[in-house]
Amino acid sequence: MSDPIQLRSDETFTLNVGPQHPATHGVLRVKMEMDGEYIFSAETVLGYIHRMHEKMGENRTYAQYLPNLGRLDYLSAMAYNHGYVLAVEKAASIEVPERAEYIRVLTVELNRISSHLVWFGAFIMDLGGFTPLMYAFDDREAILDILEAVTGSRLTYCYHRFGGVYNDVDDDFIEGTKAFIPRMRKALKTYEDLVTKNIILMKRLKGIGPVSAEMCRKYGATGPVARASGINFDVRKNEPYSLYNEFDFDVPVYNECDSYARYMVRMEEMEQSLRIIEQALAKMPEGPIMPKKKPKIIKPPAGDYYQAVEAARGSFGIRIVSDGGKNAYRLKLRSPTYSNMHLFDEACRGMLIADALAFMGSIDLVIPEMDR
Amino acid sequence: MSLTLINVLFAVVAAIGFAALNAAYLVWCERKGAGFFQRRPGPMENGPWGLLQPPVDGIKLMTKQLVIPGGVDKALFMVAPVLAMFPAIMSFVTIPFSENIVAQNMNIGVLMIFAFASMGSMAILFAGWGSRNKYALMSSVRGVSQAIAYEVPMLITVITIVMITGSMDLRAIALDQSGGFWQWNILALTKSPLMPVSFLIFFVCTLAETNRAPFDLGEAESELVAGFHTEYSSMGFGLFFMGEYANIVIGSCLTTLLFLGGWGCPFGLFPGVWWFLLKIYLLIFTFIWIRWTFPRTTIYGLLNLSWKILIPFSLFNLLLTAGLLKVF
Amino acid sequence: MIIQTIKQSLVELFPPVEAAPAPVAEETAEDEGAKKAPAKAEPRVNGVITCDYNATGYHLDAQVDPDQLLDAVSRIDAAGFFIESITGVDWLKENQLEVVYDFARYDFDLCRVVIRTRVDRAISEVPTITGIYSGANWHERETHDFFGIKFTGHPHLVPLLLPEDADFHPLLKDFKA
Repeated sequence: MSDPIQLRSDETFTLNVGPQHPATHGVLRVKMEMDGEYIFSAETVLGYIHRMHEKMGENRTYAQYLPNLGRLDYLSAMAYNHGYVLAVEKAASIEVPERAEYIRVLTVELNRISSHLVWFGAFIMDLGGFTPLMYAFDDREAILDILEAVTGSRLTYCYHRFGGVYNDVDDDFIEGTKAFIPRMRKALKTYEDLVTKNIILMKRLKGIGPVSAEMCRKYGATGPVARASGINFDVRKNEPYSLYNEFDFDVPVYNECDSYARYMVRMEEMEQSLRIIEQALAKMPEGPIMPKKKPKIIKPPAGDYYQAVEAARGSFGIRIVSDGGKNAYRLKLRSPTYSNMHLFDEACRGMLIADALAFMGSIDLVIPEMDR
Repeated sequence: MSLTLINVLFAVVAAIGFAALNAAYLVWCERKGAGFFQRRPGPMENGPWGLLQPPVDGIKLMTKQLVIPGGVDKALFMVAPVLAMFPAIMSFVTIPFSENIVAQNMNIGVLMIFAFASMGSMAILFAGWGSRNKYALMSSVRGVSQAIAYEVPMLITVITIVMITGSMDLRAIALDQSGGFWQWNILALTKSPLMPVSFLIFFVCTLAETNRAPFDLGEAESELVAGFHTEYSSMGFGLFFMGEYANIVIGSCLTTLLFLGGWGCPFGLFPGVWWFLLKIYLLIFTFIWIRWTFPRTTIYGLLNLSWKILIPFSLFNLLLTAGLLKVF
Repeated sequence: MIIQTIKQSLVELFPPVEAAPAPVAEETAEDEGAKKAPAKAEPRVNGVITCDYNATGYHLDAQVDPDQLLDAVSRIDAAGFFIESITGVDWLKENQLEVVYDFARYDFDLCRVVIRTRVDRAISEVPTITGIYSGANWHERETHDFFGIKFTGHPHLVPLLLPEDADFHPLLKDFKA
């Protein structure tokens, strides 16, 4: 639908989308120069909920910083927990018992599904369909209940610990997760019938918001945004961490580069996460959840450590520069949406505002994670 | 003379009452319907099944401050909500609910209703222009182009019906279809084999004309915040809201009268007002159903649908019907 | 197999950079890693180091002069890497600021490259790489916010995460709130 029309720079007006706008899902502002309904140029303005998490990382000990990770990407907090503990374990050479690693993978994948469910609902709501949000939240509620019972929190998890996890999972967790898998498969079928095959949805998403593979590379886009542009990149596969090379799962890749491809990638990722959960449940060994011997105070040797994990929105990287002290000397958080959203300014030129906002929704924004 | 005046006054009061009651309780129905489609109970707090929700909402809206933002065009800003509600109520005057229940039957009823319906887009234009808000302005531009685009196929479809019946009197049109569902215009295949398509076109146009999802581009909340009524608070917003539901009722009434046999029973038995009400509420339920199922289209998708599909089809149907009428 | 790829990438990418700097370009393929962190006393000399991936999380670590930065990044770009992030580190004791560029690959030739460059705290000017990687724009603005490093040639170097009128740089070690 986005015909190449000639936009004129002398007949534009400025439209402030945000900081308070229903489509930005948080406090994000996009300053758009509009020529009628077409976007002439756009500039994303962020930092409205910047909290300087990186400075906090320097002021706190490694253990004290753990809760901060849940406050970055509040929808897939578990992956952030995982990335951080992996980085510190790498720096301080802490061994992790196998069972703990299985529990981590289980919780991360459950959390990934819940994050994608929120995205699914919110994205369809961006397109004007309200009902899928309620369906998605209903299913997400089941995940939150399962995770709440074992982690103690519903959203901003702080569950992973250096060397293991905070709490062993009980039979309720195992049974609950086992019961959840068929339920979620059924729900995915419903979503497919209700939403995926909807003609209006297809018309609105197909061919909209093209992001070329080269553009992804120049901006460092990762996660579903990159995978929808034909890039077979998933940190879990490309750079297997934790136990991910022991599981059999596929990385959905689409070559269409449009919003519909991004939509499809995420929908299929949920199924793949279910597969991982199934295998993890079957393989999970008995044993301790914390190593027998672990330093009381974490003091990694001086050096520079990097760890990347696949969060729900893409590759989350954490760089710890240690000077041998109790606190990190420098702690850098590389958040995926920050890079993914960056290409919006360039990609949305010449788009209709409705398409641009659908495109923005397909990037899957979590503002606290961008602003850190 | 004075008796006629009293009659008219009574009729107008009844029309306003019906419109307002319907608007209020349709909001409740919509919320209940949304709840039903979304696997949740909907409003439950006020009264049994939340039945007292509409009056409570009304009191809330009426007691809130009517904020008039700085820099707005006051005259347009104030007139717009009234203009949204007033044509809807006026249209009720000429709608026959059964053979005898009609406030003021006119022999040009169809024309009058469409004249008033066109005023609805003026409300959107005034509100958008007067609000001094870019979102509202964009929304009003959308709203007007949408109204123009969809009035054309709608009117062409209506002309087809008028040609079949030979009257612009809504009562006459409904009476013409009495006797059972095979007599209804939607199934009048002998007059034009494309009548069911005509009905679909008319229904889609009704959705678009009343700014209902999936054509609610005027108030596309994820793009334009709240569209033309972004700046309205209190009863200003309330009137727009009620106007929307009143328009839905009128759209359903018209669809029923023009295509579904008005107050006639599907099997030719006991015609009466209850059949009419049953039909319009079934249509309204369909409106609600569609709204809570489909995502929104884009403005260009919407205009393309009208100019490239609906108008050619309805024109073709018009010509076909005219030809068939001439031949037989 | 991955190690071979790393070696290959190393040969492909870095000989020119290695040859370029006037100071002794040392190439130490030390396996236990973790030693390459700058000692407190003397800053590290420019050059390329192969790191133990399991210990540090990346394969190659190149320290270059600010002048060589654009050349090094162009080579990374030509090899098809994507930009992960840009950040800074304040080495207060050495009176230096370090800018760290992270690059990684989309394909299965796993290779993470770190490029570092150090500038004096007083001067702190680094050429922008937005001409090569458009995605460096926000990262450089962020680094400018936090460390006050000026990226010369940057098209729009205004605060990104900090308020528009921010004139402080919170991640400097001598920053007092």
